Amino acid sequence: MKTQFKRTPVLKDCPTHYCPGCGHGIAHRLLAEVIEELGIQDRTIGIAPVGCAVLAYNYLDVDMIEVAHGRAPAVATGMKRCNPDRIIFSYQGDGDLAAIGTAEIIHAAHRAEQLTVIFINNAVFGMTGGQMAPTTVLGQVTATTPEGRQSHGEGYPLQVSELLALLPGAIYVERCALSNVPRIRQAKAAMKHAFELQMQGAPGLSLVEILSPCPTYWRMSPSDAMQWIEDHMSKVFPLGRLKDMEKDER
Amino acid sequence: MCGNEALAEAAILAGCDAYFGYPITPQNEISAYLAHRMPAEGRVFIQSESELAAINMVFGAAATGKRAMTSSSSPGISLMQEGMSYLAGAELPAVVVNVMRGGPGLGNISPAQGDYFQATRGGGHGDYKTIVLGPASVQEMADCMLLAFDLADQYRITVEILADGLLGQMMEPLTLAPRPHRPLPAKDWALTGHAGGKQNIIRSLWLGEGALEEHNKKLQAKYRRIEENEVRCEEYRLDGAEVVVVAYGIVARIARAAVDQGRQEGIPVGLIRPITLWPFPSRQIGRAADTFPVVLTAEMSSGQMLEDVKLAVAGKAPVLFYGRMGGGIPSADELLGQIRELTLSKKQV
Repeated sequence: MKTQFKRTPVLKDCPTHYCPGCGHGIAHRLLAEVIEELGIQDRTIGIAPVGCAVLAYNYLDVDMIEVAHGRAPAVATGMKRCNPDRIIFSYQGDGDLAAIGTAEIIHAAHRAEQLTVIFINNAVFGMTGGQMAPTTVLGQVTATTPEGRQSHGEGYPLQVSELLALLPGAIYVERCALSNVPRIRQAKAAMKHAFELQMQGAPGLSLVEILSPCPTYWRMSPSDAMQWIEDHMSKVFPLGRLKDMEKDER
Repeated sequence: MCGNEALAEAAILAGCDAYFGYPITPQNEISAYLAHRMPAEGRVFIQSESELAAINMVFGAAATGKRAMTSSSSPGISLMQEGMSYLAGAELPAVVVNVMRGGPGLGNISPAQGDYFQATRGGGHGDYKTIVLGPASVQEMADCMLLAFDLADQYRITVEILADGLLGQMMEPLTLAPRPHRPLPAKDWALTGHAGGKQNIIRSLWLGEGALEEHNKKLQAKYRRIEENEVRCEEYRLDGAEVVVVAYGIVARIARAAVDQGRQEGIPVGLIRPITLWPFPSRQIGRAADTFPVVLTAEMSSGQMLEDVKLAVAGKAPVLFYGRMGGGIPSADELLGQIRELTLSKKQV
């Protein structure tokens, strides 16, 4: 019988610790498939964040390091500059990248580091119990915004990708979502492009933001969480390519 | 060459692959020097956006098996403590240079030794140590730098060079030569991209039941090996001494002049100078306390190394202290005055 579909060898054959309906499993799978398809498993180094994906190295079969909260782009910089022939990616959540690590991501892009960043935005701090993240949308109830996030006092949702797209050193920025199959396929295509740019030696940072469901701390069923991305989250964080220097120049 | 430049050129000789740093006085000569020397050698130099980023760039470079370093001064070193704790947990070799200045807070830019506790007790969160070297001359700024990467690679540990603004800025003649080759363990743990189909993971998170305790036991066993093998100190004019001064860094340099002057005056005084501040030369100082009646600790702090000296002496002799703070530098005359008083009061007893 012909095999139609199988687990990519870049993804280890083990159960994950993620909650039911969490988007990390899908994102890991896409990432692993991209690494396999590009044939770069033997020259890729990954960086796991502090957050729910801290144990990503248990699932992805590439050399990996776990680093301090938010510092992945600085660690990646040290790695890439010393090893320009390696493919370096960081996998970061919204707390990691958009709160504590704001300086590191902005300056890595500002220096035009040749890195690939996978930015998982699920609008909460998942691992610590569903607190407000910079990307929490207005009105969203979290552990630390019991009345729903108010712009006055708690600020507006932070659109990091738009911010980064302004920088000349960020060469490719795209926002995707995991809320249905076409979107998942687009997320994979975006990830692949972000890696290809690094492989080609394109002169800057590539970032793919992925709107990802957190049913546990959104207090929804997994299918409602997918719908919530479509109905609410993607209104605040519009999907699409924010910047692609390669294509924009043509 | 000034001390900072001597250290920087020694870093080149020591095979430093990458330097990451953020500007702060009084260590800026290091980055200014390496900004042209590193690229000229085909190596990596980055001025980072903060000390947090600098230490994490070191973390990344070190994780791939490269020799990486950073340098800063007291307030910047405080910012690096998070990264240094992670380096310790992940057992990555790295070199951190602290050209100390006055504190607390922004303090001033004068030489000080107020970061001794931070350096020798670990500094960041968790139960760990870094090897701490205390140079006392421009020559030793270079020598400590040459030694630092070998120690770091041998033990997979951070080595901190604890200098001060005076050592960094002063100029002296210097002889630079690479250290004799020391056989070092292979870096088979490094992240190079799945070499040979085997996944390497570098981490400091140990969630399994008892796993972190086992990891800590392994770290502590390593620290005991370092204490056994890597203590370095200088003993100066201890023959017949009745007062022994214990001082490190630039204060030891000043104390040496005070000892020479004292000896000329017929005062029996000698000097013990720790070169490794961790591991501390407790045995050497304890042995001295068996023989010498009085120990005088001199520091540019309110008395931090003093605690280690007292632990080493263990009540076998009185331990007195003379310190200056906030950028104050003791003169040889000041120290000699203290030594004279001690010998006088001893005669009165």
